[in-house]
Amino acid sequence: MSNEIETIKDPGVPAHKLRQTDIDPKAADRAERQVAILFLLSALSTVLFIYSYFFISTETFIFIPLMGDQNAHQLFLGLGLAFSLLFIGLGAVHWAKTLMPDTEVIAQRHEFRSPDSDRDDFVKTAKEGAAAAGLGRRSLIKRSLGLAVGLVGVSPIFLLRDLGPTPGEELKTTSWKAGSRLVTDPGDRPIRPEDLEVGSVAQTLPEMAPGKDHRSLNDIAKDAVLLIRLRPEEFNLDAERLSWTYQGIIAFSKICSHMGCAVALYEQGTKHLLCPCHQSTFDVTRAAKVIFGPAARPLPQLAITVDDEGYLVAQAPFNEPVGPSFWGRSK
Amino acid sequence: MSARERIAGNVANYVDERTGAAAWMKKNLQKVFPDHWSFMLGEIALYSFVILLLSGTFLTFWFDPSMREVVYEGSYEPLKGLEMSAAYASALDISFEVRGGLLMRQIHHWSALIFMAAIVVHLLRVFFTGAFRKPREFNWILGIGLLTLGIVEGFLGYSLPDDLLSGTGIRIAEAILQAIPLVGSYLSYFLFGGVFPGEAFIPRIYTIHILLLPGIFLALITVHLMLVWYQKHTQYPGPGRTEKNVVGYPLMPIYMAKAGGFFFIVFGVTALLGAVASINPIWLYGPYTPGQISAGSQPDWYMGWLDGLVRMAPPIEPVIFGYTLSLNILIPGLIIPGILFTGMALYPFIEQWITGDKREHHLLDRPRNAPNRTALGAMALTFMMIALINGGNDIIATNFDLSINQIMWFSRIGIIVLPPIAFVVTKRLCLSLQRADRELVLHGRETGRLVMMPSGEFVEVHEPISPEKAWLLTQHEQSAPLELEENDARGVRRPGLLKSKLRKRFAVAHAEQVAKPTVADLKEIEHH
Amino acid sequence: MKRLSRHRRHRAVAPLLLIFALLGIGTTFQVAGAATTSPMTAEERTAAIAEGKEIFLRGCSSCHGLNAEGGSIAPSLIGVGAASVDFQVATGRMPMADMSQQAMRKDPVYNDEEVAALAAYVASLAPGPEIPSEDMLNYERDGETAEGGELFRTNCAMCHNFAGQGGALTQGKYAPSVMGVEPVHIYEAMITGPQSMPVFSDKTLTPKEKLSIIKWIKAAEKEPQLGGVALGRVGPVTEGLLVWTLGLGLLIGIAVWLAAKAK
Repeated sequence: MSNEIETIKDPGVPAHKLRQTDIDPKAADRAERQVAILFLLSALSTVLFIYSYFFISTETFIFIPLMGDQNAHQLFLGLGLAFSLLFIGLGAVHWAKTLMPDTEVIAQRHEFRSPDSDRDDFVKTAKEGAAAAGLGRRSLIKRSLGLAVGLVGVSPIFLLRDLGPTPGEELKTTSWKAGSRLVTDPGDRPIRPEDLEVGSVAQTLPEMAPGKDHRSLNDIAKDAVLLIRLRPEEFNLDAERLSWTYQGIIAFSKICSHMGCAVALYEQGTKHLLCPCHQSTFDVTRAAKVIFGPAARPLPQLAITVDDEGYLVAQAPFNEPVGPSFWGRSK
Repeated sequence: MSARERIAGNVANYVDERTGAAAWMKKNLQKVFPDHWSFMLGEIALYSFVILLLSGTFLTFWFDPSMREVVYEGSYEPLKGLEMSAAYASALDISFEVRGGLLMRQIHHWSALIFMAAIVVHLLRVFFTGAFRKPREFNWILGIGLLTLGIVEGFLGYSLPDDLLSGTGIRIAEAILQAIPLVGSYLSYFLFGGVFPGEAFIPRIYTIHILLLPGIFLALITVHLMLVWYQKHTQYPGPGRTEKNVVGYPLMPIYMAKAGGFFFIVFGVTALLGAVASINPIWLYGPYTPGQISAGSQPDWYMGWLDGLVRMAPPIEPVIFGYTLSLNILIPGLIIPGILFTGMALYPFIEQWITGDKREHHLLDRPRNAPNRTALGAMALTFMMIALINGGNDIIATNFDLSINQIMWFSRIGIIVLPPIAFVVTKRLCLSLQRADRELVLHGRETGRLVMMPSGEFVEVHEPISPEKAWLLTQHEQSAPLELEENDARGVRRPGLLKSKLRKRFAVAHAEQVAKPTVADLKEIEHH
Repeated sequence: MKRLSRHRRHRAVAPLLLIFALLGIGTTFQVAGAATTSPMTAEERTAAIAEGKEIFLRGCSSCHGLNAEGGSIAPSLIGVGAASVDFQVATGRMPMADMSQQAMRKDPVYNDEEVAALAAYVASLAPGPEIPSEDMLNYERDGETAEGGELFRTNCAMCHNFAGQGGALTQGKYAPSVMGVEPVHIYEAMITGPQSMPVFSDKTLTPKEKLSIIKWIKAAEKEPQLGGVALGRVGPVTEGLLVWTLGLGLLIGIAVWLAAKAK
C-alpha cells in the first residue's frame, strides 16, 4: 500500500531551543536561588515537624479557615512532614528543568531477537543436554520423576487441613431453643409483650445459659433477632406463620439472608425492613418476604409465645439455617 | 584531583574490583528515557508502594493483630470501658496515644487509595496508547496481576483494625466465599478457623498483608520494572521518533533528579492529605460486632464496583436437588469480575488475533488512530463507572434527594444499555477526530481571519501547519483488515470457519479508519 | 401517745385531719406526677387547649380532619400525645410544606407558646406520650457516653449512620441527621416514632439508656475533627472522591509541570 502512495515525510527531531537559563547567566543564578530556597523551605519544615512532635500538646485545637477546628499537634506535624518532603522534590525537579542540560538524546533500540547462530547454538546445547540426561530414552525415569515431584508438590496442602474444623451442622443451628427467653441487646433484660408498643422495635438475643455472663461474637452472629410489634390485623400471613406471632409481635433473624449484615432498619410507615448493605427490602407483614434487592430468601422467622411468667420466649429453634446461603443449606 | 574526587574514585574502585560494576553502570547511567507526564503515572504507583512499606512498617510496631477481647482504657472518652478486640484497641492507641500515630495511619491509608488510583490511570494510559503490544504483553499481564493483588491487599489492610465498617466488609467477603458451590462453607471455616467471626481471621490476614503479599508485590514490581528497563520505554510518535530509537534524556543526571524528585513530591502530597484530611476514623465506627450495622456502609473505592454489582444483582438463587446455588452472589461477586480481569489480562492476545499484527511496537498509538480499541476501553470504563456509582447509591440518594430504588433500576438497565452506546459514540468520535486531523493536514489551521477576494467572496485564511505537526498527524500506520480466505488454494473449505469468520468480522470493524492524507492529496489541494 | 387519744374527740380534729389528708394526697400527686405533667395550672391548661384547638382548626384540620380523626392524606392524631406534636411542630416538620414522602426539618411556623397550645389540645383528645420534663432530660447527670455510643450503634446507626449523619431509606425516604437537634426532640422522636422511625419503648430502651444515647450524640456533635477535615463522616465514598479529585489532580498537575520544558 505504502509504495504506491507517498506519505508525508518525517522532518526529524526539531532543533534544540535554548532556555532562558542557558542564555542568560543572571537567569541561571536566579534559578539556582529558587532551587536553594525550595530546599531551605524543606529544612524549615523539618524543624516545624520536630517542634510539633515535642512541643505542641496533643490536646491543643486551633481554628483554620475552611477547615474548622483542627488538632494543632496533628496538623503541624503533618504539614511539617509533608512540606519537608514536597520541597525537596520541587527543588530537585526545578533544578533538573532549569539548570541541567535539556538537549534531547537519541539512543538506538536493539533488536531483541537473538542472531540465528546464537539460536542454533541454544537449540543444540539444550538438545545435547536433554540427550545427556537421557530423558528422551529413559521413560521410566521421566515417569517416576513426574510422580515424585507431583506428589511432593501436593503435600503442603495437607499441612493446611488444621486451619479450621469442618462446618458440620454448625451453620444450621443457633442458640435458640424452645423456651429461650428473648432479652434486650444490650442490657439482657427479658421482655413482656406489654413492654412493646405498636410500631416499636427491639434488638434481642437469647438469654444466656445459667453460669455464663458473656456472649461470644460467634453466637451473636447467628442469634441476633429483631422483635417488631404491629397490629395483629396488619399481618398477611398463613395460619402457621400467624401462630408464630404473639398478639401482633413478630420476630425475625436479624442476620440478612443475603450476605449476613444486620438487618435492623425498620420503616414503621411501610412495615418494611431494609438492609443497608445491598438494599434488600423485606416486608414484615408477609413474613419478611423479599420485595426488592438481591436477597433471594426471606429472613427466617422465629416462632414466639409467652412463658408462664409472661415473658416472651421462643417456641422452638429456627426452622431453617439463618444467615447467608451455602451449598448444603437445604439438606 | 580534589579530595572528593579521590574518595569517590576509591569507592568506585572498591566496588568495581568485586563486582565489575563499572561496565553496566556506565551503560545504564546514560540510558535514555522519553519524557511525557503520562509516563509518570506508573511512578506514582511505584512511589506509593514505597510509602506504604515505610508507613506500614511504622504501624506494625504498635499494632496488635489479635482478636482477644480487651476493655478499652485509652484516652478516647466515648469508647472508654467498652469491650473490643485487641486489634481495634491497638489501632485506637496508635491514633490517640502514639504521637504521629494517627498521621502515619492516615498517610498509610491515603497512600493505598492513591496507589490503586495511580495503577488504574496508568493502566488506562497503557491501554489507550497500545503500549501492551509486542514485546510488552507479559508486562501487561504482570500489571493486571498487580492490580488484582492491590485490591486484595487494600481490603485486608483496612480490615485489620476490626472496626464496624471493615468488619461488615469481612462478613460480606465471607458470604461470597460461603456461597461457592460444594466447598464454600469448608473454605470459609478454613479461612476463619471455624464459624464467623472466630478469632483467627485478623492474625491470619495480618501475615498475608505484611508478609506474603508485600513479598509477591516486590517480586512482581521488580520484574515489571526490569522489563521496562530492558525493553526500553515506549514513546509517543513525533518528529524524529521512530520504532527503532528512543528520544529523551539520560538517566544521570536528568532522570535521577526528576524521578527522584517526583518520589519526594508523591510522598509530600500523600503526607499533606494525611495531615489535612481525615480518613478511616475508626473511633467513630466503633468495634465490630455482627449485631450492628451503619447506614451507608461501603468498601474503599477500588472495591466499590464489586459492591455496586452485588447490589444490582437480581435475586436468583435456585435450589437444585436440594442444593443451593447462590447465583445472586456468585455472578456479581466472582464470575463477572473473573471474566473482566481475565479478559483484561488476555487483551493483548485478543487484539493480536484480530489484527494479525505480530510486529514489535515501540511507538505509541494516538487513541483516535485506534478507534475500535479506544471505543472498547470506553465501553469497559462505562461499565465500571455504573457499577461504582451503584456502590454508593445510598450516599448519592441522601445527598441528592433521590431514591435508592430508582438509582438501582437505573444501574440495572444502564449497565447493559450504556456501555454499547459508549462504544458507538467513542468510535464515531475517534473517526471524527481522524477526519479533523485530515482536514488540518490538507487545509491547514483556521486562523479566524477573513479576507475579501477580488471577486467579492469572503474566505477564511488557513495557515498551513508545521511539518512537525503534519508528521505527527500522519505518521500512524493504517493497515487493511486481515485477509482470510474462505477456501484454500485447492478450493477446499478451511476448517474453523466460524472462528475465522468471527475473526474477520472483528478485523474489519477494528480496522475502520479515516484514510490519512498523502503527499498526492496535498498536491491536489495545492491546485485549488 | 396517751395525750393524743385523750383529745381524739376534739372539735378541731376533723378539719385538721382533712387538711393533712388534702396536703398529703396533693403532695403525693405533685411528686409522683412531676415527671409527666407540664407545669401548667388547670386554668392555663384550659386556655391552652382552647387556643390549640383554634390553631389546629386553622392550620392542621385541612389534612388531619376537623376532629383530628385523620383522612386519606394525613393520619389520625388521636392518641399520638403531646410529645408527637411538640416533636413535629417545634422542629418545623409540621405543617408539611409539600406532600412528599417525608416531612423535613425546617424553621418552625409556630412559636413555643403556640406549640405548647397545640400539644395540649391534641393531648386532650386521648392519652398519649407526654413531653418529657426538664428533670427527665438531664443527660449530663443520668447518661453515660460510652454506653450511649454502643446503644446508638445497635439501635440507631443502621438508619442514621455511625456518626448520626443520616442515611437512606427506601423510595426516596431518609433518616435525617441527628446533629443539632434539641435533646427534648431526640427523646420525643424515640418515644413517638415519627413517620418511618419505629417507637423505642421505655421498657426495651430505658429512659436512662435514652439519655445515654442523647449524651453520646451531644458529645459527637461537640467532638472536634481529629486527623483533619472530616469529609462528611459518611465513610469511604467521600474519601475516594477526594483521592480522584484533589489527590490525583495535584499529582498529575505536578507531573505535567515536571515533564514540560522550561522556558
